Amino acid sequence: MNTEPLSCLREGQHARVLSITESGAMRRRLQDIGLIEGTVVECIQKSPSGDPVAYGIRGAVIALRRAQAASVIVQR
Amino acid sequence: METFFPVVQRQPGELTVALAGNPNVGKSTVFNALTGMNQHTGNWPGKTVSTAQGRCRRGKDRFLLVDLPGTYSLLAHSAEEEAARDFVCFGGADAVIVVCDATRLERSLNLALQVIEVTDRVVVCVNLLDEARKKRLSINLNALQQELGVPVVGVSARARRGLDALLEQTARVARRETAVPAVRQPYPQPIEKALAAIQASLPPIPPGGPSVRWISVRLLCGGSEDTRRISDFCGCPPDFGPAASAAASDARAALARDGAGRQKLLDQIAACPVLWAESAAAAAVSSPGRGDALDRRLDRLFISRRTGIPVMLLLLFGVLWLTIAGANIPSQWLSARLFAVQDWLSAQFMACGAPEWLHGALVLGVYQVLAWVVSVMLPPMAIFFPLFTLLEDFGYLPRVAFNLDCCFQKACACGKQALTMCMCFGCNAVGVTGCRIIDSPRERLIAILTSSLVPCNGRFPAILTILSLFFVGAAEGPGAALLSALLLTGVIVLGVGMTFLCSRVLSKTVLRGIPSGFTLELPPYRAPQVGKVIIRSVFDRTLFVLGRAAAVAAPAGLVIWVLANVTAGGVSLLAHVSGALDPFARLLGLDGVILLAFILGFPANEIVIPIAAMAYLSTGTLADLDGLALHALLLRSGWTPVTALCTVLFSLFHWPCSTTCLTIRRETGSLRWTFLAMALPTAVGMGLCFLTASCARLLGFPV
Repeated sequence: MNTEPLSCLREGQHARVLSITESGAMRRRLQDIGLIEGTVVECIQKSPSGDPVAYGIRGAVIALRRAQAASVIVQR
Repeated sequence: METFFPVVQRQPGELTVALAGNPNVGKSTVFNALTGMNQHTGNWPGKTVSTAQGRCRRGKDRFLLVDLPGTYSLLAHSAEEEAARDFVCFGGADAVIVVCDATRLERSLNLALQVIEVTDRVVVCVNLLDEARKKRLSINLNALQQELGVPVVGVSARARRGLDALLEQTARVARRETAVPAVRQPYPQPIEKALAAIQASLPPIPPGGPSVRWISVRLLCGGSEDTRRISDFCGCPPDFGPAASAAASDARAALARDGAGRQKLLDQIAACPVLWAESAAAAAVSSPGRGDALDRRLDRLFISRRTGIPVMLLLLFGVLWLTIAGANIPSQWLSARLFAVQDWLSAQFMACGAPEWLHGALVLGVYQVLAWVVSVMLPPMAIFFPLFTLLEDFGYLPRVAFNLDCCFQKACACGKQALTMCMCFGCNAVGVTGCRIIDSPRERLIAILTSSLVPCNGRFPAILTILSLFFVGAAEGPGAALLSALLLTGVIVLGVGMTFLCSRVLSKTVLRGIPSGFTLELPPYRAPQVGKVIIRSVFDRTLFVLGRAAAVAAPAGLVIWVLANVTAGGVSLLAHVSGALDPFARLLGLDGVILLAFILGFPANEIVIPIAAMAYLSTGTLADLDGLALHALLLRSGWTPVTALCTVLFSLFHWPCSTTCLTIRRETGSLRWTFLAMALPTAVGMGLCFLTASCARLLGFPV
């Protein structure tokens, strides 16, 4: 099982959160939207330009910019 | 940054109730349903920008409801969250209603759990039960109440169901008739131990303040400006005194010795409400299948790589086309009626033997400009605003932000600027206030400074009139409306493009910085409430904007009439002033009168074209100022297509109106930024106009 950043997910793929490399307020913000260890995330839809991407997180659809998604390490 | 702490004017015997919730959970609908739509503020696109207050009663109980800005968390990352947090903690509310979305319960419970940690007087209102039923979700409210330990009430605010029960529970909680909830989901054992130690060393917290448990958690996390502010608010010594500070740092050291460093501690504290929300939602929600399949399908249309942008442009075009095509007939009808009234008024003045100057000043000055503003502005606004609100109600605006984010990212700005830009289409001043939703002060300033680069509703009619007179021609029928809409779409795209460009230039020069990260929720789509939307937007927006325009138009009409009719040295004052402006205005492809009209239009952009027309007419009058007459008048006054193009460009890019300037002054607290916000669009407009006029001259077009 290899790990990768959330930003590498393709549309329709699911993955489980392992850790977040972001720190400070942004880390807490990501945790607040439900990205804690063990959360299952689905890559739902990329925007017209490919960045940001809409993810399914705990029943909500939330768009993250690539920079933030890259800081979330997941396992498929 | 100033605090937007709402000031509550409470009457004796009233129960103060704060209404909190995520954006897009129907919080304002709950508020309006409870207060009986007495409250019309804050219904601009996006969100409740300033805190609305309203009153209601149930039996003997009287409530003062305070509608807080929609937020996802109480951690005060942005000005809005700070306002919501401060009011929940220190606003002296007797109870807090947290509105949750039944269709996304787990997500919206996170805020409820944070509020529950701050205060024990909470009622959780699960709204949109009807929507949940449509998505075949069944919500067990009793199970949820068991999990949360506070009263839970199910509501369908749009259908006005469950509101009475909500007020009943709120009154009980506010009067402390319910049991104090026990802590349902404790933190991991070592953290609980640390919290207990800090709690024991806290000074007494005055009643009405936040819970000692919440204060202890904040102290344990430590290291922020936040704790100082909180202790100030509670009237306690800084950081709750040396004993509490020492206890907190001891506790942190002890946790670190056991292998829980600061990062891990913060992670565990952050994870707790998420896990709690997960288990509470799992206990309460049962779903037989995937309820959001329709949302996914719609998203594939509205935000996908291939169709996202084309559909967005098509929607913009469609809204403008409906506005233009629909406004034509009522506009002509209104104009005919209002000018018939003018004739009648003139006749009355003659009959009374009123002096000519009085008739001129009041009827030809004040009334004529007023009639114009009403007949030109009312129909397009009465169509545009409801259409816009329908899209907003449907949940489309966050998708616009999603589609456009990459451009804002390239401009080193915040993606939420797309939302504030949408608000600016309604009214620039409202858009400026809306910039409070942007967390980073740098990005907020960029959004404020570029706010007037998109045309507000006051400028649409002028731009539209000129476009259709000079570039669509006298063609009648559906073709003309389509072409006008197409041109207007182009003008708006130009404004949006200029917003990107200026944002980028600003963030590379005076407001240097890297884009901060952002998260944007795409809420579920909802069927808009057509009837309510029409009533709401006509009363809240159309009449408000129209009233403001009329209030400015009347005195402006008087001024222009006086200028045109008072002479000095045989020439009217108007001719003096516009003559002085003329050489400069010619450089920009305009003329002195147009520039003067823009200057006089500073209080409200709506009156620019009426003023220009009045000035051209000078002492003369016209029975009816319909499109053809206006076109002839402008041509007689020396307008060419180049003049028209430059006037359109200048009305798109020039100084913001006085209301917007005052709002910018208030929001930035600085004259310097206000000045820049005026100078930036003016420079852009003058530059573009000069370029256009010069090119036209070089190519031999008459200017």
